[in-house]
Amino acid sequence: MTSERAGRPTGDPPALEMRGITKRFPGTVANDAISLDVRKAEIHALLGENGAGKSTLMNILYGLVTPDEGEILIDGEPAAIRDPADAIARGIGMVHQHFMLVPVLTVAENVVLGQEITAGPFLDLEEAGRRIRALAAQLGFEVDPDAKVEALNVGQQQRVEILKALYRGARILVLDEPTAVLTPQETEEIFGVLRRLRSEGTSIVFISHKLDEVLAIADRITVIRRGKVVGTRTPAGTSAAECAELMVGRSVSLQVDRGVSKPGGAVLEIRGLRVADDRGHEKLGALDLDVRAGEIHGIAGVAGNGQDELVECIVGLRRPLDGTVRLEGRGVTGSSPRAMHGLGVAYVPADRQRVGLVLPFPVSDNLVLDRYFEPDFANGPGNILRDDPAIDANAERLVTEFDIRTPSHERPAETLSGGNQQKIVVAREFREGLRLLILDQPTRGLDVGSIEFIHRRVIAARDAGVAVLLVSAELDEVLDLSDRVSVMFRGRLVATLDAAEAQRERVGLLMAKGTAA
Amino acid sequence: MRQRLAALRGAAWRASRLPLLSTALAMAVAAVIVVASTLFAGNGFQPLLPVFAYLNLFAGAFGSGTAIVNTLVVAAPLMLGGLAVGLGFKAGLFNIGVAGQFLCGAFAAAVVGAALADAPAFVAVTAALVAGALAGAALAFIPGILKARTGAHEVVTTIMLNNAAALLLAWAVGDLVRAPGFSFARTGEIGNAALPVLLGRNLHLGIPIAVAAIFLIRWLLERTTLGFEIRSVGANPHAARYAGMRPVYLVTLTMTLSGLLAGVAGAIQLLGVIGFYASGISASVGFDSIAVALLGRSDPIGILFSALLFGAFRAGAPLMQINTDVPIEVIDIIQALIILFLAADLIVKRVFRLRDRGHAIEGLDTVTRSWGDQVAR
Repeated sequence: MTSERAGRPTGDPPALEMRGITKRFPGTVANDAISLDVRKAEIHALLGENGAGKSTLMNILYGLVTPDEGEILIDGEPAAIRDPADAIARGIGMVHQHFMLVPVLTVAENVVLGQEITAGPFLDLEEAGRRIRALAAQLGFEVDPDAKVEALNVGQQQRVEILKALYRGARILVLDEPTAVLTPQETEEIFGVLRRLRSEGTSIVFISHKLDEVLAIADRITVIRRGKVVGTRTPAGTSAAECAELMVGRSVSLQVDRGVSKPGGAVLEIRGLRVADDRGHEKLGALDLDVRAGEIHGIAGVAGNGQDELVECIVGLRRPLDGTVRLEGRGVTGSSPRAMHGLGVAYVPADRQRVGLVLPFPVSDNLVLDRYFEPDFANGPGNILRDDPAIDANAERLVTEFDIRTPSHERPAETLSGGNQQKIVVAREFREGLRLLILDQPTRGLDVGSIEFIHRRVIAARDAGVAVLLVSAELDEVLDLSDRVSVMFRGRLVATLDAAEAQRERVGLLMAKGTAA
Repeated sequence: MRQRLAALRGAAWRASRLPLLSTALAMAVAAVIVVASTLFAGNGFQPLLPVFAYLNLFAGAFGSGTAIVNTLVVAAPLMLGGLAVGLGFKAGLFNIGVAGQFLCGAFAAAVVGAALADAPAFVAVTAALVAGALAGAALAFIPGILKARTGAHEVVTTIMLNNAAALLLAWAVGDLVRAPGFSFARTGEIGNAALPVLLGRNLHLGIPIAVAAIFLIRWLLERTTLGFEIRSVGANPHAARYAGMRPVYLVTLTMTLSGLLAGVAGAIQLLGVIGFYASGISASVGFDSIAVALLGRSDPIGILFSALLFGAFRAGAPLMQINTDVPIEVIDIIQALIILFLAADLIVKRVFRLRDRGHAIEGLDTVTRSWGDQVAR
């Protein structure tokens, strides 16, 4: 089986070869003499932590970044790729993690954008639609070329991106973290498409930091750490543990050692909560939820089933239509974010860059973003003056304690990698006197090392008696961490299970259909 | 210590190089226009005319004690107006209404000044300045509260209020507070409310007030918790709200403070230079202030220097026109070009071969901002 998968080990030159690629940015070497070859009809995974240099390498391949040293060969021929147009002309297609689609245009319009088929002076969208249907059928899925992209779900949009690349004649397809936004089912579907593409001779570079996926789909795996290639393996010749160790540079525990929880009384009690979304549609219908002290209560569910609204309602960012929220027995329905903060509620938001951080501000300011007014960090009459020495001292302490990798806490948060940005948020929120900790996608997009770190911190907080509410689209994360699991489906909790009863299949069914039957 | 100083100098250069180079480039392009225009004038082709023009411009702005004082007098309202716009920018607000707020401040100062013309100078000046400040603040409060409560865009509301204010004040000065004994509609003499002259012929009290405002706003933004809140709301309102700040309150407050500064600008211009309010007094300070704030990158110290630069242009231009026949309007061309080059900073970077290393991708991102960000959320 494995030998069949491993591309065509013939004398043919590789479809793509990158030799000795070096790229220096001020203060770092993003790529340090990286060499990589991708065979014809091979799925080659590029595995590495955030900031390891995967994206830089692929941006070099796509002509977005100019390397300082090294060369790129396509089918054995040296290729000068100065901009994406060169890359496309050489048959390189790229699917970015964040899609590059125009939402108000149709699928067909998006796919032909830049390479329009015309009949006289007019667009021939019918012909384009026929070609797109044919291309999709070849890959084993269906699309409606006339559907507006904004009406498609994330998985469908991704397929449109792939179609777009293939329509432009891509023979080498680069996918940057393609599964980061997909459900497990959508991930399976996209894997089917990729295998189909491989059987038709397309070479695929699959960038990821998810070990299971890489082992499931790749023919070969190249691991990058701190800008250097640290090894190339085949799935048969390696294990998740070995790959993780290569990525991080030390052995990591992939299993969360959760220990035993000793739940106390209910800290958060929600009764009959009804909440509308921004457009006024009711997203939560009469929801009840308890989170106990010293317990991690996980909420599993496909994104968009009301999780965001629930969390925003608890932390005071959204007013409920109806229902009550009680914290340690006192009614806090509709309290302001600052009032909730004062009562010991902390919140790690799903979107750290949009909600959790002020990116242009220094790390130190971000570490006091919701505490700058407290006597610890402010002085003068009415605490109107910033206490900069205290803010700096706090930053120094937290940067060390939470291993936030930055040259200085005076650097803007936007200069840090995603994992380190998340550590800023976590360091700020995991404060003393915490009663309720709300985690929304706490490890999305993070590397193995950071995930392990954050998980350990969450469990430590729980063991200290904090009530933890965990919302995550990563089913495995919910199952690994939670002492109890509730499944959210269309604004309702359709089941609440103890960890022991929460098997993956059962929860997956509840997520997809709302019942386990 | 030396290292820290070098780092500071580096930061100052990084922050000021684009404004400086944009100004240099604007003056160079304006020079080309001046040379080209000599081809159509009676005196024939004069390739060195811009050199003489700029030398006279410099002499007119800094050539004598009087010239320097003139520059400062012109710069003072620009400092306050620039701060008004810059403070708004810090909170993510674009206050285009400085012109209207300036007029309101000038009008209120004129009316109160005329009413207290015989009161003790200290009382008259203080009351007139406070009235100007409050009038500017009151006008700016309207777009502030509209933005905060309803999301009405401040660019639209402030532009409309500029016209509303100018017309309302024209009516008021004609029908309500017109001073008798003049051939046109104007307010009365301000007497003791005139800003005291501190030095020479016209270095009035407004100049130290404007410079003090620069440092006061800098202190507010950098050192106080309120300034931190204003900057946070401007940089990321979502994060600010989640962190417990109140964007509705902060947006209204910042807009009002911005109008207050614009009102003071109007008040010192009226009490220190013009002396009375009449329909049609120049509100060009309002629009020049936007240029000053942009050139100063909304930083109070940057605004100090850019206001001085614009003041020097305005104060030096008459001598340039008298001695070289290069019209004052060239200053408008230079100002417009400065803003053009600041807005299209890639031109300046290309001309001077500046590189933002390591930001190639981020730079591109502004052109090809992806929509998937929102999907992923």
